[in-house]
Amino acid sequence: MAASYVSLLAVVLLFFCLSAHAVDRSNFKTCDQSSFCKRQRELEPGQSPYRALLDTLELSNSRLALQLINDNNKVRLLLELYRLQGNMTRVKINELKPLKPRYEVPDVLMADPLTEPLSVVVQDENGLVLSLGGAEQRLILNARPFRLDIIEGPQVLMSVNSRGLLAFEHLRARKDTISHKISSTVGSMWDSLKSIFSSESNSEETAGQENVGQQTDEIKEDEEKPGMWEEVFKTHSDSKPNGPSSISLDFSLPGVEHVFGIPEHTDTLKLKNTDGSDPYRLYNLDVFQYELHNPMALYGSVPVLISHSTERTMGLFWLNAAETWVDISTSSAGQTMFGKMLDFVHGSSEAPQTDVRWMSESGIIDVFIMLGPKPTDVFTQYASLTGTQSFPPLSALAYHQCRWNYNDQEDVRAVDQGFDEHDIPYDFIWLDIEHTDGKRYFTWDPSKFPQPKDMLQGLMDKRRKLVAIVDPHIKVDGDYKIHSEIRSKNLYVKNKDGGDYEGWCWPGNAGYPDFTNRDMRAWWSSMFAYDQYEGSMENQYIWNDMNEPSVFNGPEVTMHKDALHGVWEHRDVHNLYGLYVQKATADGLIQRSGGVERPFVLTRAFFAGSQRYGAVWTGDNAAEWGHLKISIPMCLSLGLVGISFCGADVGGFFKHPSAELLVRWYQAGAYQPFFRAHAHLDTPRREPWLFGPENTALIREAIRQRYALLPYWYQLFYNTHHTGQPVMRPLWVEYPEDFAVFTIEDEYLLGKDLLVHPVTDEGAKGITVYLPGKHEVWFDVHTFEKHAGAQSLYMPVAMSSIPVFQRGGSVICRKDRIRRSSSCMESDPYTLYVALGSQGSAEGELYIDDFHTFDYEKKKEFIHRRLSFSDGTLTSRNLAPDSQFSTSSWIEKIVIIGGVQPSSVTLTTADGAETALEFDFDSETAVLTLRKPGVNAGADWSYITFFIVFLHIHPPESVTVERLGKIWNYSM
Amino acid sequence: MRTPVFLLGDVTHAAKRTAEVARLCWESALTCGIMTCVHLLLTLVFTVSLGTPVEIHRPRGVPLTKRQFYEENKPFTCLDGSKTIPFDRVNDDYCDCKDGSDEPGTPACPNGSFHCTNAGYRPTFIPSSRINDGICDCCDTTDEYNSGAKCENTCKDLGRKEREVLQKMAEITREGFLLKRQLIEEAKKGKQEKQDKLTGMQDNKKQLDEKVEAMRTVKETAEQPEKEAKERHLKAWEEQMAAIRLEKDKAKMAEAFLELDDNADGVVSVSELQTHAELDPDADGTLSETEAQGLMGGADQVDTSAFESVWTNIKDKYKSESQPVESAPVETPGEEMKEPVGDNDSEPYPEEDISEEDDEEEDEDDYHEEDDKVRAPPSIRTPEKSQEDEEAMPPYDAETQALIDAAQRARDDFNEAEKALKEADDQIGNIEKELSFDFGPDAEFTYMYNQCYELSTSEYIYRLCPFNRVLQKPKYGGSETNLGTWGAWSGPENNKYLVMKYEHGTGCWQGPNRSTTVKLTCGKETVVTSTSEPSRCEYLMEFITPAVCQETSNTDPSTHTHVEL
Repeated sequence: MAASYVSLLAVVLLFFCLSAHAVDRSNFKTCDQSSFCKRQRELEPGQSPYRALLDTLELSNSRLALQLINDNNKVRLLLELYRLQGNMTRVKINELKPLKPRYEVPDVLMADPLTEPLSVVVQDENGLVLSLGGAEQRLILNARPFRLDIIEGPQVLMSVNSRGLLAFEHLRARKDTISHKISSTVGSMWDSLKSIFSSESNSEETAGQENVGQQTDEIKEDEEKPGMWEEVFKTHSDSKPNGPSSISLDFSLPGVEHVFGIPEHTDTLKLKNTDGSDPYRLYNLDVFQYELHNPMALYGSVPVLISHSTERTMGLFWLNAAETWVDISTSSAGQTMFGKMLDFVHGSSEAPQTDVRWMSESGIIDVFIMLGPKPTDVFTQYASLTGTQSFPPLSALAYHQCRWNYNDQEDVRAVDQGFDEHDIPYDFIWLDIEHTDGKRYFTWDPSKFPQPKDMLQGLMDKRRKLVAIVDPHIKVDGDYKIHSEIRSKNLYVKNKDGGDYEGWCWPGNAGYPDFTNRDMRAWWSSMFAYDQYEGSMENQYIWNDMNEPSVFNGPEVTMHKDALHGVWEHRDVHNLYGLYVQKATADGLIQRSGGVERPFVLTRAFFAGSQRYGAVWTGDNAAEWGHLKISIPMCLSLGLVGISFCGADVGGFFKHPSAELLVRWYQAGAYQPFFRAHAHLDTPRREPWLFGPENTALIREAIRQRYALLPYWYQLFYNTHHTGQPVMRPLWVEYPEDFAVFTIEDEYLLGKDLLVHPVTDEGAKGITVYLPGKHEVWFDVHTFEKHAGAQSLYMPVAMSSIPVFQRGGSVICRKDRIRRSSSCMESDPYTLYVALGSQGSAEGELYIDDFHTFDYEKKKEFIHRRLSFSDGTLTSRNLAPDSQFSTSSWIEKIVIIGGVQPSSVTLTTADGAETALEFDFDSETAVLTLRKPGVNAGADWSYITFFIVFLHIHPPESVTVERLGKIWNYSM
Repeated sequence: MRTPVFLLGDVTHAAKRTAEVARLCWESALTCGIMTCVHLLLTLVFTVSLGTPVEIHRPRGVPLTKRQFYEENKPFTCLDGSKTIPFDRVNDDYCDCKDGSDEPGTPACPNGSFHCTNAGYRPTFIPSSRINDGICDCCDTTDEYNSGAKCENTCKDLGRKEREVLQKMAEITREGFLLKRQLIEEAKKGKQEKQDKLTGMQDNKKQLDEKVEAMRTVKETAEQPEKEAKERHLKAWEEQMAAIRLEKDKAKMAEAFLELDDNADGVVSVSELQTHAELDPDADGTLSETEAQGLMGGADQVDTSAFESVWTNIKDKYKSESQPVESAPVETPGEEMKEPVGDNDSEPYPEEDISEEDDEEEDEDDYHEEDDKVRAPPSIRTPEKSQEDEEAMPPYDAETQALIDAAQRARDDFNEAEKALKEADDQIGNIEKELSFDFGPDAEFTYMYNQCYELSTSEYIYRLCPFNRVLQKPKYGGSETNLGTWGAWSGPENNKYLVMKYEHGTGCWQGPNRSTTVKLTCGKETVVTSTSEPSRCEYLMEFITPAVCQETSNTDPSTHTHVEL
């Protein structure tokens, strides 16, 4: 769904077509066109004017505060350093005495991060050395120029302001209108008078008068730069009432050649050098028909960068919601400057180095340095700050069928019927904007959807669900309840003159609720109550689109930066808007169920922390092979920064996919976290059965593979919800020392046990998959063929091929009885796929709960087991002894891959009774199948013990039977 | 519809059956719970006490047709022959057979199917994944024996409704088919008529051809004397005019001589001629002595008689000293150039028409408008006669006029004959075109030709003109949109006449050209029953017509329903 064309009023249509018809880069700013970025980027490295005033040092138990001074203009900054629990350091820099408060991002951190004691180890006139706790970590603060280095033993992990690009545009009084009219000479005199006057009135002790001249020159120079007090882009003017306020800071990462993250961009997984091109931009925008491999901003922003080398993984979280640009430059360490104080450090001059520079338009510098050292540590650290992925209801992990638009109730019924007729499972059907009464969200088109409850009930009878779109632009219409209430409550975003901000979007003229306002969010949440949202039912969930926010006639198709959210400018809060919309919606869904049901909300715009509220998708892509390919690095990048529930429109939103592309996309999408097909209004229909029986069968098979693996997906999401470890992982996350995998982005891991390499090339006859891990073995999940790790494997593919490998050493639980929706499969039995590693052992988990409520959390109603196989024994250990849940699911089959033929297999129940289990061994594939263990997967689990006996002696003639131990081990 | 292979199963002795069912029930109780067992027993008792026929005993989900493969207490061989298993593994909720045949009554096999008996309605197979999935699929509720789903037996209801529908359908089909026969008859007749007409027309055309030729001869014969008479008349008139012009010229010459003879010596000298620079032959602005002499035929001076030859040399350029410059010939072309402008004014286009066209995408009508615009100007203003012709030609004499009238009559007759021929040609073309359409195997769709069928929705009126095009007209103003012109029959292979395809309609913005699929179903009337736009710019129409009604077999529709208890 998107910024494009449809039945708007003719005027809007005309306006918008003109701007949108051509894929128009000129609609969006380059760094040069964003005045603060241009100013910041013009600064030369190496000449930092900032100096730490060591005599202002204040050290409490966990906080160090120190003033910095800009020797050019004598403006003072306040530096705060915190040592945070879990091996993190927080660096905050603000103006010491800003003219007015600068924006500090609220609601993104879960809580005030827990701190740890800091202590000064050494202090002299050049700086000081702080101890960062264990592991010989030190933070060295160099006073002149100001610089921070974090070292561990002899190793520099990271340097801050080592290139001297700290820049902090202090707030200053706006020139009054008279000064514009007087001559430049008089003007500059007036400026100098004013600055003298202001420095006196501020009574800055060290603002030496001998520096007044210099300072005046600087300010004059500053003020001559264009765009500081007003900025024009295309036909839009930004009044900039607070003038220049941008900030910038640089970080150097010695030994680092690979950096990742800062989504959302259509780019490679490994971030590129931005020398000579635009920096990566973070500014949530509705980009019509976006281009691939481009640092341009997209719908969402997560200002988190992850660095990785064979030695160490670290992260930088730049907590700022304003327009942000990130420059990345990788070079060898010999070319960079190291301060005097670091001479003693052993730095290999041959080692590479990556320099990162962040620039934001307003707010303060607030950076969290996550020191790893392992990938898993960085994920834990970041999760401790912004929280983890919300745990979705199981059905949200199943297949979603969407289209702009399913025309009417009959269409919905017919599509639902189509899935049954073609025996294809699906859980959710989606309704885009056309389902509403004139794009008034929370309403239904009276002629097309006259009986929404009948429709929802029809779906419920099939144990299926629906998602309806609710966008944050509200039609300006006095007869529309949502609008008139927001207006009467005075909760709309205001324009710079204080009136309600209005812009064009789907409904025509629209207001934009101020979601940064807690009252607005609370009211919005309340609108999802069943008695407020007429026609809604409990199997209806919500989709928030256009929440960048998209404003068709606004600058860069978004809101004017001088619009007002209470006292704050839109400039300050822009990248947060989408997060708040999704949060308010998710809260609403929780509230409508009395806090019982887990919500499911999809969003297009997002920010750090959005993972707590639901799923995201990569927006309006196109039916092109390149878009299919890029969906992998795009979702991997999001996973690295906490947002695991990611997907791309299967089939591509714009344009018409060929049958081959559609099938390949289903195959890829079946192995990505959020699995939804979607299509533009103007494209031909593409329900899975419209491409001939062969393709229908291929698509059916891809979706069925998804459903079989739902127990594994569910367990991965449960784990990410608890640990912050991504669901979809680049190979380097699990194989951090294997340099060969650092840039791989055409394959990935789901959890640590499944490796997926979807076919993403047209007419592909084969793929080359890299199987990582020197000591690993991998099994083709379809043929059970065994492959050694640490090799590239060429694999011929057919149209039916979805190359997926299970890691030897893992146990994956599946439900092989595929039904028409995930709800229908809730009580079905499990099949355990035990893939033996090179040591003949395997481990895995099984997680079960009611699949849709918060009872797993509130009442501890769940089953969580560890399944371990070693020495011929499969053990189930309860990972959550204090939880309780009963399931009717049982174990129908155990498939042991890569094993040997046993003489017998015995199931022993808790009372000690032994039963021989029948089994089947396929010597060709070395797959042992245990027939119908029949034990309950939950409550009865602990009463059953179960022995397996393997034949260990070769050749089979000399039969020696050894009892090797328990499989189902009672361990309550 | 197929005739059922099996009807009711054979009725065995109730006692034996009771024992069997009880045992089976006990077995199933192990997996399905006591309630099912009780239920089964109750059912049994109930059915026995009523003395109605009872279903043959067989494992759950097995159709009667396959009952013989599931023999109790004998090893079961998968229906694909791949494996043989003990009978107690049939329906034990574990899939042993690759073909799923060991689990006809459980959801264990991914490719299994379950047979619902659906007594009172139609028996059916459902994928075994729908057993106990909480959704009632079989109207007899047998698919949900262990899911907790509350299903009601709706078979009787469905059966009754279906029978009603079938009956109604059969009725409609019967009547429709009768109508279709008529249509076929009519079409046959119509086709014959058309062919006869065509033959007639072709004969007629021959006659018309001849008539035209004859008329042409008559016309030409009449035109010859007319032409001659007119020429005579014209010649006489021209001679008369020439004499007048000569007189005028002579007068002018005399006048010029007098003007040129400045010194009035009775002769015009070279120098006197030189005063008239406009006579300069090389247009260098001056009339040199030599040039003047040249004009005077080499003489130094000429008298009135010799001036005659000089006058022929100079009269085109000569400007009278007394008279103003003659400007009329210059102005005339200018006026002619203005004419087209004036003509536009003379026939303005209705403005509302133009603006309406502007709103809409190009329509065929648009082109007509364009044609009109370039069509010849409605009135060509006759060029102004030059001054010399100001005297009109006298009317024809009576004799000439009579010849002209006769010729005109011949011309009119000829034109009329030619027009008749063209009309005949057109009609032949139309009939040939109509005969070329594929109106179905028995021409049963012929009657729709040249007809249009409308359906009014809340926003639009849809008009289907079979074999021509589909149109959509907004109810509240705006012009028609072409949703496609006749393409082809495009139904399924076994009967392509069930679907019509109309293509290449008005283009969609950034999308395909509009097209319409028309689905035909049997009915007594010919009506468009619904329209929709399932995909952008791809329309779907439901159209009922007797033309697609199939002959019904005379069997009672109720026997199609396989009743099994």
